[in-house]
Amino acid sequence: MALLTVETLTLATADTVLVEDLSFTIAPGERFGLIGESGSGKSLTSLAVTGLLPRAITPSGRIVLDGTEVIGASERALGALRGRAVATVFQEPLTALDPLMPLGRQIAGPVRRRLKRTGEASAAAVTAEVRKLTDQVRLPDPERLLGAYPHEVSGGQRQRVAIAMALACRPKLLIADEPTTALDVTTQAEIVTLLLDLVRDEGIALLFISHDLGVVGQVAERVMVMRNGRAVESGPAGQVLTAPRDDYTRSLVAAARRFDDALEGRP
Amino acid sequence: MTLLSVENLGFAYGRDRPVLDDISFTVPQGANVGLVGESGSGKSTLLRLLLGLESPQKGRILFDGAPLQARDRRYMHAYRRRVQAVFQDPYSSLNPAHRVQRIVTEPLRSLKIPGDHRQMAEEAITSVGLDPDTLTRYPHQFSGGQRQRIAIARAIVARPELLLADEAVSALDLSTRVRIVDLFGEIAQKMTMVFVSHDMGVVAALCDRIVVLDRGRIVEAGETAAILRAPQHAYTRSLLSSIPRMPAGQPQDPS
Repeated sequence: MALLTVETLTLATADTVLVEDLSFTIAPGERFGLIGESGSGKSLTSLAVTGLLPRAITPSGRIVLDGTEVIGASERALGALRGRAVATVFQEPLTALDPLMPLGRQIAGPVRRRLKRTGEASAAAVTAEVRKLTDQVRLPDPERLLGAYPHEVSGGQRQRVAIAMALACRPKLLIADEPTTALDVTTQAEIVTLLLDLVRDEGIALLFISHDLGVVGQVAERVMVMRNGRAVESGPAGQVLTAPRDDYTRSLVAAARRFDDALEGRP
Repeated sequence: MTLLSVENLGFAYGRDRPVLDDISFTVPQGANVGLVGESGSGKSTLLRLLLGLESPQKGRILFDGAPLQARDRRYMHAYRRRVQAVFQDPYSSLNPAHRVQRIVTEPLRSLKIPGDHRQMAEEAITSVGLDPDTLTRYPHQFSGGQRQRIAIARAIVARPELLLADEAVSALDLSTRVRIVDLFGEIAQKMTMVFVSHDMGVVAALCDRIVVLDRGRIVEAGETAAILRAPQHAYTRSLLSSIPRMPAGQPQDPS
């Protein structure tokens, strides 16, 4: 059974349709890539999945996440769902993290909430779990970094902390919305490797959203390409990225290959 | 002939560790040189020095054989006539209250260049692939790619000899980026260009020479083809190997 089912999803404001007739599923443990340029509706789709849409945007259709209907769900039900089923890593960890709180305390927040549900949220248990998570995300020099504030560490380290916070909930689905776009390319490679290792080891499904075809190709097993709020093509990543059928996908693939070719000295 | 020569350049903000340390490279007339580096490499500071917005504490910049005098207003007036720039964000670099005509002709007015500005603007706007009608409209009526074309038209309207581009395609979507890289390629046929970017793929597609910067120092410089074929420095190799490539090989047959 699918972990996430999106059926004929339409997102609209009073006068504009932003996403139209979108359908896809993600199986438990599956890595799914959502590809699109700006304005494609890919990030709005991920906000709809977690029930975080701005009020002005009305969803219709169906979203079922881990057996729960997201559209129309109460804030309470959504809060519980975000705790146990889904967590998101955003593009810019500098804005996603609280600038006034040391990193260790930020990771401890979701850890404590989860441990409380299972009734063992002692300070020692929280600290132990935070250290386990920082090891998992390979945060260097944790003694120092857990006491540091977001602005005191590098972008890659901030993103590791954001990933640790997402993992703290033990989600079944991890949504990563352009998680490496703000990072240097050498850091990006490390974070992509980390994400892949984590979702494989923990059996977490991944919804990976990116405009970068190369990165999606490294991460996803299946992909969907969006343009102006609609899906134009979907299928196995290897197939869509090497033998695209849709004209728009073809133009994107050709553009990406152009830069790849240049790097191989084939201008 | 060398148009731009950077010699042993050093720069620090305040008493901090130098942002640039012993930077030397040359840009031959007509060349198209890419300055590549990640955040903290010093590439943006280097560009500020080349624009005359900062003065080096060590070394010097020679333009057309003579030292760049960033604090000399008369010199800088003449320099700006010969050196123009395009920046990363086409949303913040164009004044939203002005029509495109006024934006594109701004260098002609501030540099007091005589002639028919309207006609010069039309030539510039056509050469970047936009309709002359564009001149009567406002920036908000255009997409990011079109705005970047307008910014390029403004940079070339005074017919500079050297065009400096700072991450000029980094904010653009992939399909737009390819087209603007092509436009820069056309423009590079007519003038010397220094293209600053973090994106090795873009620089590889566009520039015939590359200077690789890491933490304020040049780690490698040379012809693009040679660097791509056999990068000498470990940092260049890691930069190249970190770039995610499209899946290669045969398409999977669904049948």
